[in-house]
Amino acid sequence: MDGSIAADDDTWTVAGRTFRSRLIVGTGRYKDLPETAAAIEASGAEIVTVAVRRVNLSDPNAPMLQDYVDPKKITYLPNTAGCFTANEAVRTLRLAREAGGWNLVKLEVLGPPPLLYPDMPGTFEAAAALIKDGFEVMVYCADDPLAAKRLEDMGCVAIMPLGAPIGSGLGIQNPAMMTMIKEQITVPFLVDAGVGTASDAAIAMELGCDAVLMNSAIAHAKDPVKMAKAMKLAVEAGRLSHLAGRMPRRMGADPSSPLTGLIR
Amino acid sequence: MQSSVTLTINGESRVFDPENGQPFSVSRLLIALNLDMRKVAVELNEEIVPRSRYAETILATGDMLEIVHFIGGG
Repeated sequence: MDGSIAADDDTWTVAGRTFRSRLIVGTGRYKDLPETAAAIEASGAEIVTVAVRRVNLSDPNAPMLQDYVDPKKITYLPNTAGCFTANEAVRTLRLAREAGGWNLVKLEVLGPPPLLYPDMPGTFEAAAALIKDGFEVMVYCADDPLAAKRLEDMGCVAIMPLGAPIGSGLGIQNPAMMTMIKEQITVPFLVDAGVGTASDAAIAMELGCDAVLMNSAIAHAKDPVKMAKAMKLAVEAGRLSHLAGRMPRRMGADPSSPLTGLIR
Repeated sequence: MQSSVTLTINGESRVFDPENGQPFSVSRLLIALNLDMRKVAVELNEEIVPRSRYAETILATGDMLEIVHFIGGG
């Protein structure tokens, strides 16, 4: 028992792999690798996103991520951050597959700054190429119900729209649309960008997301390890709240204490 | 008999002098670069080199290589 409050049998499955934690965290933008490792530990995440980059030939003995985050214990989800064409995305993830030996990947094809908004034509092209090459593609996308459905029909294994621009910390700006997209698809559905603080993660889970993916909300908190723990609890609270089913909203009060039996 | 080999690795030109004129394989390159082959992946002229073929994949002048690893990312 790890202190988790969610039921042991409340798991989710993506591409045949089953996980208990519904929090996926990024490994970028931390102060250093020890802080990265401590935050991941506190978050309870079983999946982390990673980037693929050239090794530094002038410093081959620099510490590597694998020295701090054991890929045998934590599933690495390689991303395509920085790829602007389908060819770059496929080459990058083929390298990731060789380095890590797995097919489960996160596809993101982004437009230019300042929004880094998902480039959907580029995303469709890259998704088609990756699926043809045998990858299992979890896809970052716009909050567009037609695009989400099309990506699922193409064979993507998880649909992951943004709640707000990457790294913005603005929270879930599109809760109604998230709910509507979720109803359109059957594969796992995640919010993949925009979470700023723990209540945002809880809201995402209350909307019915299968999991939440975040990086900056933890890495850029004043105390990343404490925030990682907050996110773990928020995701679990939001999940339980979703399963419990919230009370109906009503316009007006409804007293909690009985109005009968009052003294006179 | 092979003399020096000039390769482009991660965009940088590098010259290697294989010992005893032996064929210069990907394995020998990674040893020469002091890289842990369990933590990197290698692409030769835009094609993946599987780890199982590092020893038998011989490099020649003009080859372009990308050597990558996992780093932090979101």
